[in-house]
Amino acid sequence: MEAILFYGLAAIMVVSSLMVILRKNPVHSALFLVLTFLCLAVLYLLLNAQFIAAIQVIVYAGAIMVLFIFVIMLLNLESEVASKSSHGLQKFWAMAISIVLAISFVSIMTVRVFTGGKGDFSPEAVNAAGNSEVIGRLLFTEFLLPFEITSVLLLAAIIGAIVLAKKKL
Amino acid sequence: MVPIEHYLVLSAVLFFIGVLGVFVRRNAIVIFMCIELMLNSANLAFIAFARHLDSMDGQIFVFFVMTVAAAEAAVGLGIIIALYRNRETVNVDDINLMKW
Repeated sequence: MEAILFYGLAAIMVVSSLMVILRKNPVHSALFLVLTFLCLAVLYLLLNAQFIAAIQVIVYAGAIMVLFIFVIMLLNLESEVASKSSHGLQKFWAMAISIVLAISFVSIMTVRVFTGGKGDFSPEAVNAAGNSEVIGRLLFTEFLLPFEITSVLLLAAIIGAIVLAKKKL
Repeated sequence: MVPIEHYLVLSAVLFFIGVLGVFVRRNAIVIFMCIELMLNSANLAFIAFARHLDSMDGQIFVFFVMTVAAAEAAVGLGIIIALYRNRETVNVDDINLMKW
C-alpha cells in the first residue's frame, strides 16, 4: 500500500514538475507547482511527519503559491507568453549539465548505504506523544535560538517587502 | 516500507528539474517557482533522513527552511514587481544591467 502510494505520487510529482518548466503560460506553471506541493505533503504523511505535511499544505500550497498567482495576475504577462526568445545553445548546455549532475547525484545516493545511530524519536515514540507536541517541545528547548532568529528574519522580510513596494524606489 | 534511497532519488530528480527550469526559462516568476521546487526537494531529503534515522532534527530544519522560503517569496516577488514597474518586463534577458 505504502509502495503503491509512493511510486504513484512520485510519478505525478515528476510529471507535474516537468510541466512547471515546460508550460509557456506562467499560470499553468503555478498550478502544476501547487499539484507538486500537494503530492509532497502526502509523501510527508507517509514519512510520519504530520505537522510538516499540514504546514506544507497551509504555507506552501496555500500562502506562497497564492502570492505567486496573485503577482502573475497583477503583472498581466500575456505579451511574455507570446514572445519566447530562443537560446538553442544555452538550452542544450543546460540540459546536458542538468542530466550529468542528476545522474551523478542519483548514483551517489543509491550507491552509498546510509547508516548511522538511530535517534530517540522512533515513529512509535513520536506518535505516542503526538507529532506537533514533539516538534513544539524541541522548538522551544533545543532549537530556541534558531526559532528566535527566525522571527528576526521574518521582520526583515516584512520591512524589505514594504520598502520594495514603495512607489519611488 | 519504501527504502530511503528511492526518496533521495525522487528528491534529486525534482532538484534537477528545478535546476533545468532556472537554466532554460526566461520568465523571472517561473525561475522563482523553480527555486521553490529546489527548496522543496531539499525538504523531502531532510524528512526522508529524519524518518530513516529516527530523528526529529530533519523535521525542525524543514520548518526553518519553510520560514526562509516564505520570507524569500515575499521579498523576491516584491523585487519582481519593482522590476516590472521600472522596466515593464520580467524577461530576465532584458534585465541585464548588472551583467558584464
